[in-house]
Amino acid sequence: MEINILFFSVLRELAARDGLIMELAQGATLGDAVSELFRQFPNLAAWDGRLLLAVNSEYADRERVLESGDEVALMPPVQGG
Amino acid sequence: MESLISNARLNEISLQGEELERYARHLTLPEVGLEGQKRLRAAKVLCIGAGGLGSPIAMYLAAAGIGEIGLVDDDRVDLSNLQRQTIHGTSDINRLKTDSARDRLLDINPQIRVTTHAVRLSAVNARAIAAPYDLIIDGTDNFPTRYLSNDLAVLTGKPNVYGSIYRFEGQVSVFAPQHGGPCYRCLFPDPPDQGLIPSCAEGGVLGILPGIVGALQANEAVKLILGIGNPLIGRLLHFNALEMRFREIKLRRDPQCVLCGDSPTLRELKDISFSCEVPSSAPREIDVHALADRIKDSKPFVLLDVRKNDEYQFAHLPGATHIPLAELPKRLTELDPQAETIIHCKVGGRSAIALQILLKAGFENVCHVQGGINAWSREIDPSVPMY
Repeated sequence: MEINILFFSVLRELAARDGLIMELAQGATLGDAVSELFRQFPNLAAWDGRLLLAVNSEYADRERVLESGDEVALMPPVQGG
Repeated sequence: MESLISNARLNEISLQGEELERYARHLTLPEVGLEGQKRLRAAKVLCIGAGGLGSPIAMYLAAAGIGEIGLVDDDRVDLSNLQRQTIHGTSDINRLKTDSARDRLLDINPQIRVTTHAVRLSAVNARAIAAPYDLIIDGTDNFPTRYLSNDLAVLTGKPNVYGSIYRFEGQVSVFAPQHGGPCYRCLFPDPPDQGLIPSCAEGGVLGILPGIVGALQANEAVKLILGIGNPLIGRLLHFNALEMRFREIKLRRDPQCVLCGDSPTLRELKDISFSCEVPSSAPREIDVHALADRIKDSKPFVLLDVRKNDEYQFAHLPGATHIPLAELPKRLTELDPQAETIIHCKVGGRSAIALQILLKAGFENVCHVQGGINAWSREIDPSVPMY
């Protein structure tokens, strides 16, 4: 199944793209998607455990089972003011 | 949601003469009216930070007739602030931001009271500073004060109107666990490692962005005080100025949250200090004097400049290898993992991120320069232009 990954703020710069389409096995969880992202983009891995994760614009935890077409957003904290 | 200001407090307030004219456009709105304007007058709002976000927040609240505005900031006005901190003017350079901001607010509206706290908010002073206020607005520019503002708001039961900015993007929310929503720690339990995060100085920020984000915060504050509309509780609003797009993420209070969860363990304010967690015993940060010594030494090494192209063209150190940070992950093959590599940027934020990237990619003999090329200009070679 295909899911749509969206990067925000510094993650977009680190990944050098706004997002990507990821192919995952049926039954994959949000945690699986994040692990796969960190494998593809090792420079994002330092953010592990520090990101707000959302599926279809709603907060989700890593156990959340994804469905085809889901939109996964990765939002880092931002400090500027 | 009910107004933050109880009806009993309205009895002491009367608006007369010139004030009725000043607030005429509010008074004709049924959602505000005379009663709402009295609520605004009765309200006491603490604005933490008198910079980019604090500028529009405090100016709009003053114009709206908020009775008392507290300003917390220990910084002074700098020329590089004026591109976005519109509460301050050129003639205010080197003044305390709280003094400069107070003068501007009282010029906008002499009928309000402004209290200045020209200190850095800390675990020691925070409760005393916040005690008189109904509402906290987080217009800070650093993680330690953001976490402290959040903890202060939760522990004292006051709503926290949050905003933060990065380059062309902003986040806004209202954290109020007492009204069912999450707090900042429900989203981000702990701050990221310092090396991961560029500051405003490092990352740059579009000057208009804090104007937009701060105005949204002022809007939420006024709604909470009036008890009108739908507050941004349980929702994180994300704004992208380049795409001109607002997105919203639905949030939830985390029952496990150390601060506002069902069994909280964080019951007292604590100052957060940043620590760089780099998995190595070798020093990973050197100053410009150590870099100068290393350059004098004849042994070859790679000096890696990770700034953007235009910055590199403006000024660079002789012999530097230039790979912008954004391109570094895909251009790692241009570097030798065995070579001694010293990374620098403008002031040290991006080079710290690059350091993490190289360490994760297996580079061992690598460190970054504290203070970047600006420290080099200041302390070693003034002929390298600063920017």
